[in-house]
Amino acid sequence: MAQMTLVQAITSTLAHEMERDSRVVCLGEDVGLNGGVFRVTDGLQKRFGKDRVIDTPLSESGIMGASIGLAIAGMRPIPEIQFEGFLGPAYDQLVNHAARFRNRTRGTVTVPMTVRVPVGGGIHAPEFHSDSPEAIYTHNPGLKVVMPGTPTDAKGLLLSAIRDPDPVVFFEPKRVYRSFREEVPDEEYTIPIGKAKVVSEGTDVTVISWGASVFQCLAAMDELPEDVSAELIDLRTIHPMDSEAVVASVEKTGRAVVVQEAPRLCSVASEVAALIQERCFLRLHAPVQRVTGFDTIMPYAKLENDYLPDAKRVGEAIRQVLAY
Amino acid sequence: MHQTSPAPVQPAPGPAAGENRYHITSSRVGMPGAAEPNGHAAGNGHHAGPRPSDALASPVLVKWLRDMIMIREFENRCAQAYQQAKIGGFCHLYIGQEALAVGTIASVEHDDPIITAYRDHGHALARGMTPRACMAEMFGKATGCAKGKGGSMHMFDRPNWLFGGHGIVGAQTPVGAGLAFAAKYELEVLGRSLAGGAAKKKVALCYLGDGALNQGALHEAMNLAGLWSIPVIYVVENNRYSMGTAIERGTTMAHDLTAKARAYGIEGVQIDGMDVRTIYDRFKPLADRCREQQRPAFVDLLTYRYQGHSMSDPQKYRAKDEVELFRQRDSIALLEQHLLHERRALSEADVDAIVHECKALAQDSVEFAEQSPAPDAQELYSDVYVNIQPDLSPTRAYVHGAKNPLL
Repeated sequence: MAQMTLVQAITSTLAHEMERDSRVVCLGEDVGLNGGVFRVTDGLQKRFGKDRVIDTPLSESGIMGASIGLAIAGMRPIPEIQFEGFLGPAYDQLVNHAARFRNRTRGTVTVPMTVRVPVGGGIHAPEFHSDSPEAIYTHNPGLKVVMPGTPTDAKGLLLSAIRDPDPVVFFEPKRVYRSFREEVPDEEYTIPIGKAKVVSEGTDVTVISWGASVFQCLAAMDELPEDVSAELIDLRTIHPMDSEAVVASVEKTGRAVVVQEAPRLCSVASEVAALIQERCFLRLHAPVQRVTGFDTIMPYAKLENDYLPDAKRVGEAIRQVLAY
Repeated sequence: MHQTSPAPVQPAPGPAAGENRYHITSSRVGMPGAAEPNGHAAGNGHHAGPRPSDALASPVLVKWLRDMIMIREFENRCAQAYQQAKIGGFCHLYIGQEALAVGTIASVEHDDPIITAYRDHGHALARGMTPRACMAEMFGKATGCAKGKGGSMHMFDRPNWLFGGHGIVGAQTPVGAGLAFAAKYELEVLGRSLAGGAAKKKVALCYLGDGALNQGALHEAMNLAGLWSIPVIYVVENNRYSMGTAIERGTTMAHDLTAKARAYGIEGVQIDGMDVRTIYDRFKPLADRCREQQRPAFVDLLTYRYQGHSMSDPQKYRAKDEVELFRQRDSIALLEQHLLHERRALSEADVDAIVHECKALAQDSVEFAEQSPAPDAQELYSDVYVNIQPDLSPTRAYVHGAKNPLL
């Protein structure tokens, strides 16, 4: 077991899989010589060479499209897009093509590609360096969307993503990159895509979150009165969502709070709330509450903390559903 | 894999002209390692006859010097403030490239629209934004040019015809075509200016870094500009690196970027971007032609950034002595030497006074930014749509479930 940050867990997992499978290549802007904008691919080019850790020009559409080409030919490309907002120029390739090849070809051409994308706020950067667009890629059928919140989950989910026969958008929460270390098992393991994790068990209210927001939920739960028993679920995979885990928990608690960084309108939190009212209606003691970013452009540094859901807002929502 | 031969980085040997406030300068005017394709005299300033800039009155050139020093001192303060964590997110400094914004902007009219990428502080200042508004924006304060909502990469100044400040590489290039298209439409179809008054012949400047050469958006934009003869000049601020990737590792025909323009039927030229007089000498006639003939152009302006891509760049991709090499042809020092010794328009004391004034203004901008208030939290909702409407998100109604700290 080694103590690792999220960044270190991803770097070592990439190295592990590149060692194991020569079809795996990493490509992106400054991923080689510079080791990536967040240094996630640091040292990989030195170890695996320029043929497998490939510095590309600034051309997201080209990176994504070329990765699709590699994938449909049987390779296992791992493109890095430096920030979630830079998916914009690559959107056509990702959504109109990568996501649809399997269906378009009736399963004869598939896209086993893992798109690594740093995501979310908390680094004081403005829009498209701090956005949370997971709903956009979830809404478009054909993509799997993953967002691990811990080094251990990142390792298991990244291995699953690379080995998955479909395109996976692997969102890495920037705020968590170096925020803490934990013991990560040395041996190889996978965590199935589509499987949520019960972070802490409880009986009075279910808190559902993913990515960096999980830590705001934990902080909020620390502040709850002794006699309140809250259950925290980290979805880990946004799509396909582990609806059974959500439903089982809310069936038990009868109350739910969904927490995300993204704006509220037509968001993943909206989908979770809809799922709960469809499946748990008669068990609910209170309306499902959503604690989200506001429906506005992700603000620059000074307003960032007003935008991001914090432990205070999460705690308030928990108290409201309990008092309903 | 197609590989172009990299342009070698060679020193520009020459006698040191003497101490000045910024760097030792070489008396030889020539871009280190500059390729000179197509017979274009890329960097040499050895003109046979008088240079167009020679016809300018000295106060014009003194203003250029002042503007360049202002940008440098401003950027030095930005670097300091960033290291003190007063500036959030990312910060891309213009140090080394000052002549480029100053020289090209001096070559066009004040109401010719300009648009640029994220290394934009220099353009904002050269276009007339106050250091205070620019620094406050960097700090994310309410007194910034965009109320502290845009930050370093999004300097907008509508009264000074600066249309940003754009953070997605290459995204501004089709927009630049659109700005010029509007000007052409005013002239040829509307017969009046959308801003009021008579239509006039305009030319738009669209700046991009050499990294943006590889984005699809630029190629769509250049095709449109060539196809419709749109009066936009694509000004490549070729500082040799797209983030951490040297130009010859990132783009084809790095030794002759004008080849890309020729493919779209656009005139392309290469200009030494370190000598502001050379920029004026070559860029002004080009801009005049584009304005007069209402057509596009493409300029490979050879420059260099002394700092990293952003403040968090470890700069593994270049050697320190390469930076030093380019510093020896520092644009401010070049112009300073010209004004001191060739024109004899300034004394050492005059230069000192300018530097002193700019340092004071830069310091003042920091103090102003520090003392300015952060944007009110209600600004989260402002200017997303024309106004806040009850049933149109963003709405003030999202208070249930969590106490909205904003309202």
